Amino acid sequence: MRPAPFAYERVESVEEMLEALARADGEGAAVLLAGGQSLIPRLNARLVRPRRVIDIDGIAALDHLELDQELRVGALCRHWRLEEATSLDGPWAALREAAAHVGLHPVRTRGTFGGSLAHADPAAELPLAAVTYGAEIELRSRAGQRRVAAEEFFRGPHRTALGPGEAIVGARFPSPKPDGVSAFAEVSRRVVGWPLAAVCVVLHAAEGVIQGARVGLGAVGPAPRRAIEAERLLEGSALESSAIDAAAVAAARACAPAVADGVDEDTRRDMVEALVRRTLAGLAGAVW
Amino acid sequence: MDVLRTEFTLNDMPIEVTLPVRATLADAIRSTGATGTRVGCEEGICGSCTVLLDGRPARACLMLAAQARGREIRTVEGLAAGGRLHPVQESFRRHRALQCGYCTPGFMMLAVGLLEREPNASPERVRAVLASNLCRCTGYAPIVDAVLAAQQALAGEVI
Repeated sequence: MRPAPFAYERVESVEEMLEALARADGEGAAVLLAGGQSLIPRLNARLVRPRRVIDIDGIAALDHLELDQELRVGALCRHWRLEEATSLDGPWAALREAAAHVGLHPVRTRGTFGGSLAHADPAAELPLAAVTYGAEIELRSRAGQRRVAAEEFFRGPHRTALGPGEAIVGARFPSPKPDGVSAFAEVSRRVVGWPLAAVCVVLHAAEGVIQGARVGLGAVGPAPRRAIEAERLLEGSALESSAIDAAAVAAARACAPAVADGVDEDTRRDMVEALVRRTLAGLAGAVW
Repeated sequence: MDVLRTEFTLNDMPIEVTLPVRATLADAIRSTGATGTRVGCEEGICGSCTVLLDGRPARACLMLAAQARGREIRTVEGLAAGGRLHPVQESFRRHRALQCGYCTPGFMMLAVGLLEREPNASPERVRAVLASNLCRCTGYAPIVDAVLAAQQALAGEVI
């Protein structure tokens, strides 16, 4: 099927985008089109019928990826750039791994970082990474700009903190400790495809003792969330097997998966427990 | 209905199409007569419409035609050269990696995109990338065999 008819407008700069958004605000449903890997299927199936499509795909200023003290990801950074960024190792490895799990190989050619955040699928990998790393999402509107913590940004399935006339321009990931380690893992029915459970972990240790732990869970609730209790149990531990077990059990208890895809709640909790155990055990060697 | 003129490069030829704004890149390509790019699910799942977009595999159904402006598109029509099949095409034939053939151009473009960018891709990597597309006839094993053999053939080619 083809999308229902819409008016099409291409913008070439952030300012033009914000102008177009502000203008469209008066006339009802307008959508921003970036890589289109989630939006175009929804347009084709007529699940969304915007009057106006504002094409931001060509705004060169939003297509960037910069790593120094912190990591800045532009809204139009394509998934393949994160996936192929070999500088993203150690504490950043989980972000790169998360990007490598998004959609399918050809989808990562086009799909964008900002698009993934705005789409806010509860199972999406990059929102989970943004929450786990404590990223700040940068929003712009004609009225100004603001930063929203990723944990506040994702409000529920396909619901975000984006207000009328606002657009994502990028995100800032605060620098993890340089000697940190990280891992990402998910369970899905096929090598490719939506995760039934996803886990993102970032740790840093000093002399074999965990100083800071972040454990994020995806696909098992209305939005990605950190497992605070699991993090607390890991901090101060030496990542010994009893600490790993306790954290895995706490993470499984912390999530609220729905029954979906024929997989019940308990099974999804088991997946979370197994993923947390697996990722932590994998990192234990790097910490000791 | 709003129409839009878009220019892009299709298999090294400059192309200009004028289509409704809601037309996809797959529509644009097919409107030129290059119908090797097949349209299957129109939601990015099946991969029949996979083309190379500036050298990387992409779903032609998940892009508006207008978004192809100034881009370089390659399709199955651009593979054979000088009356000779591309090694990937030759390998598909040799390994009987197609039955009905509907998915074949998409699989070939997916494979060519991978092998050009990652000539040393491991068999696991090849399988993982090929998992992006669907084939309802062959059971996939001949397709994987064909692509792995094409990788060998391409590596042996003297350039």
